[in-house]
Amino acid sequence: MSSVSPSTAPADAARTVPVTNDFSIQIATVNGSGSQTANLVLLRSIFQMGVPVSGKNLFPSNIAGLPTWYTIRANGRGYVSRKKEIDFLVAMNPETAREDVLALDPGRSVVYDEPLGLNSLRNDLIFYPVPFDKIVAEVCTEAKLRRLVKNMIYDGVLAQLLSIDLAEMEKALGKQMGKKPKAMQLNVAALEAGKKYAADHFESKHPYRVERMDKTAGQILVEGNAAAAMGCMFAGVTVVAWYPITPSSSLPESLIGYMRKYRMDKESGKATFAIVQAEDEIAAIGMVIGASWAGARAMTSTSGPGISLMGEFAGLAYYAEVPAVVFDIQRIGPSTGLPTRTAQGDILSTAINSHGDTKHVMLLPSSPEECYTMSMDAFDLAERLQTIVYVMSDLDLGMNTWMAEPFAYPDKPFDRGKVLDDAKVKELGATWGRYKDVDGDGIPYRSLPGTPAPAFFTRGSGHNEMAHYSERPDDYVKNMERLLRKFDTAKTLVPSPVLEASSNSPVGIIAFGSSHWAVEEARDQLREELGLETSYLRLRAYPFSPQVEEFIRRFDRVYVVEQNRDGQMLSLMRMDVDPALQVRLRSVLHYNGLPIDARSISDAIRGYEQAQ
Amino acid sequence: MSDSTPTPAQPPVPKKTNRIGLEMASYRGGKTTLCAGCGHNAISERVIDAFYEMGVDPKRVMKFSGIGCSSKSPAYFLNPTHGFNSVHGRMPSVATGALLANSAMLGIGVSGDGDTGAIGIGQFVHLMRRNLPLIYIIEDNGCYGLTKGQFSPTADLGSKAKNGVVNDLPPIDTCALAIELGASFVARSFSGDKKQLLSVLKAAIAHRGTCMIDVISPCVTFNDHEGSTKSYSYVKDHDEPLGEISFVPYFEDITVEYEAGSTTTVKMHDGSHLYLRKVAEDYNPADKLSALRLLHETARRGEFATGVIYIDPDQEDFIGTLNLVEQPLAFLPADRVRPGRQVLDELMESLK
Repeated sequence: MSSVSPSTAPADAARTVPVTNDFSIQIATVNGSGSQTANLVLLRSIFQMGVPVSGKNLFPSNIAGLPTWYTIRANGRGYVSRKKEIDFLVAMNPETAREDVLALDPGRSVVYDEPLGLNSLRNDLIFYPVPFDKIVAEVCTEAKLRRLVKNMIYDGVLAQLLSIDLAEMEKALGKQMGKKPKAMQLNVAALEAGKKYAADHFESKHPYRVERMDKTAGQILVEGNAAAAMGCMFAGVTVVAWYPITPSSSLPESLIGYMRKYRMDKESGKATFAIVQAEDEIAAIGMVIGASWAGARAMTSTSGPGISLMGEFAGLAYYAEVPAVVFDIQRIGPSTGLPTRTAQGDILSTAINSHGDTKHVMLLPSSPEECYTMSMDAFDLAERLQTIVYVMSDLDLGMNTWMAEPFAYPDKPFDRGKVLDDAKVKELGATWGRYKDVDGDGIPYRSLPGTPAPAFFTRGSGHNEMAHYSERPDDYVKNMERLLRKFDTAKTLVPSPVLEASSNSPVGIIAFGSSHWAVEEARDQLREELGLETSYLRLRAYPFSPQVEEFIRRFDRVYVVEQNRDGQMLSLMRMDVDPALQVRLRSVLHYNGLPIDARSISDAIRGYEQAQ
Repeated sequence: MSDSTPTPAQPPVPKKTNRIGLEMASYRGGKTTLCAGCGHNAISERVIDAFYEMGVDPKRVMKFSGIGCSSKSPAYFLNPTHGFNSVHGRMPSVATGALLANSAMLGIGVSGDGDTGAIGIGQFVHLMRRNLPLIYIIEDNGCYGLTKGQFSPTADLGSKAKNGVVNDLPPIDTCALAIELGASFVARSFSGDKKQLLSVLKAAIAHRGTCMIDVISPCVTFNDHEGSTKSYSYVKDHDEPLGEISFVPYFEDITVEYEAGSTTTVKMHDGSHLYLRKVAEDYNPADKLSALRLLHETARRGEFATGVIYIDPDQEDFIGTLNLVEQPLAFLPADRVRPGRQVLDELMESLK
């Protein structure tokens, strides 16, 4: 560190320009140390002051003992994607403290556990040493509780340093603690002790502060997985089969909580649902397919490895035309390593999941609200199209905390699709064939066991339109072509893309899912810093609707932003889009496991554009 | 036309029907495509007989299978019934989902020894644990027929394949495994023993819970030769029936006479009775340990016991464990599965 001059100039310079409601805080702790409550209290208290926030948990694949970082971004303009730079570090983890401090930009601030002696590492940062153990010993007499209470002290320190109203922290704490007066009392004492220590010992030298706004009134804080679980409940799901896997588990686990509370039959006290923790993902999708075949609304939730395991059944459901709803909360690749890091890496493998000629419908939510609404869409589409519908969320969207407007109560009745009822049996009579295209949309009528409608025998690829066993080439081809017609019908039924057009933009951007928020911010950066106007098409489903090709046709260059290495969505477009247009597509990729940030996108597009 | 005396109309010969007025034809299936003499065809015949005699409406049944010769057979019985020929080794999960969706239906699944013992052993294990109300038949011939005769995991140690290869691994005893894991009705039978197999199947229809029935069913094409332990002649010589089985359904008013002391009577959940006559004195089919000991002892002698080996008519099934409402989940009306607006309001309030 000898090359850094011992000047405090950056800090002094920063102090002269106050930065209000625009900063990021990173809290570095050890996994399993109970910091989550303190982090959520901090997040919520800023939110309650009307300032837009987002909270992102960067956690290891571990129960306890490995480093974990929680990042809070407060931004008055409403930007909620990850901010690349850390403005305020709370260094509680001796293991990572050194590296965390060395990674900061000059002029940033560090609250740290005093014995770590971090202030000797650099002299271009602002340091706030706090003797956490000493303070917690005074507040908390029970030694075994100290580890948890200690975290609340940094909240108190930050309340003082960032001008966060302590009353809001106490309110947020009440929300977390519920009806536990003893725990509440103890934690409030810790908050106060932290604030007092900071007030007595520090003069704020950094520019960051929170000031009340009115930009969060009426809003909720929610994780995408909880939102999706609510969507499933209001979609009337009755059979759920799942196998634990990060980052998907919190979806079915939230669902179990909601269903036990809201879906028990009032008269009998019995369940209007069956939820099974299956022996693996293969069994989970098998149960979902069996249940859907018998007429239930059924779903499973998984992540990439589960999608791979479900491959054989996915093909069966495609060929046998059985509805199913599958959530893929995407994460980084196989096995041990980065299963707790986010990615959009299953796009290609899911779109064609299975053997043979198979294509699947995918919905692409980009917000908790869409996790909620697209869950309901997924059940309607699966039953309408008699096929699997995948809802492609990711770890960032599913497990992190997002602001949202309160969800709207569904205004559409369920679409249960083409099921033979008495009237339809009379109409079609003996001419009914399970795989006959009566309406010209490629979608046949199915009959359900336990109803008076005629039965049929379900198989994979070998059947004619009467569902009789057939290996005839013409039967197979005819069926495959009808399945293509059905996929064309899907294009007209799935959620359409969202277009944000600028009249004089030379370039277009296509993105989807959790990248949306970083793209919005990157577009502002490109406009404000480079004078570059962009138009933006946000994909909401596969198969692509005709608007996608129309959008590409309008621009010389179209940047496709996605969170994987190989430009998977771009590859899917290449399969569908006019070959003459394909040269216009180029990838902006982010795949280091962290949620995508705006700067990475705007830097990439700036680089491409300046090379033009 | 000279005779003006009308001949009296002949009353039509009444067709034979079962107790719900259906003819045998309602229980038949498509024409089999399996080899002539295949044990599986005999099993299909007994399934047809059992459902007919029990008077089960085929529209109240769902049939399932995995992949293999065995798994083709649901197409050869109960034509009016919805059937699902799924993927290799995964029939248990499909059946589980379907029966959870509609617990008012009766489920019958047909698997094979490869479909169950090899690729499907995981799903088999967990199906048994759950005691799902399903009749699970293994059509057990110790080999893979569709892929031309490779050994399956139920082939006996030392058994010889058609090409002369000797099996060098011990077999999985699916009955012992099922008892160990929690199935509430476990039986073994032989496709050639019409009477016993019919009684076992009828009792299975009356039972509520998983009925695991391993039926030795020789493969005439690949495993019916000298040196095979699953050939017709070997099975006939080594079958050790557990006394005589008779099944009396609840709707038949029959008094069975039996000698006290040598007959075990099992009262089934629906009021039917299963009588096991002339069983060994120290054997009790309601006792897991006794049933497992019997299996091990007969296996050690190179024999195999057939009959209802273990039964617990009162064990809670998976529908009960999950506390499901009476009505099939698949057909619950929207107002019972979509909570009202106030529920969403309450959830939103909790997140503010």
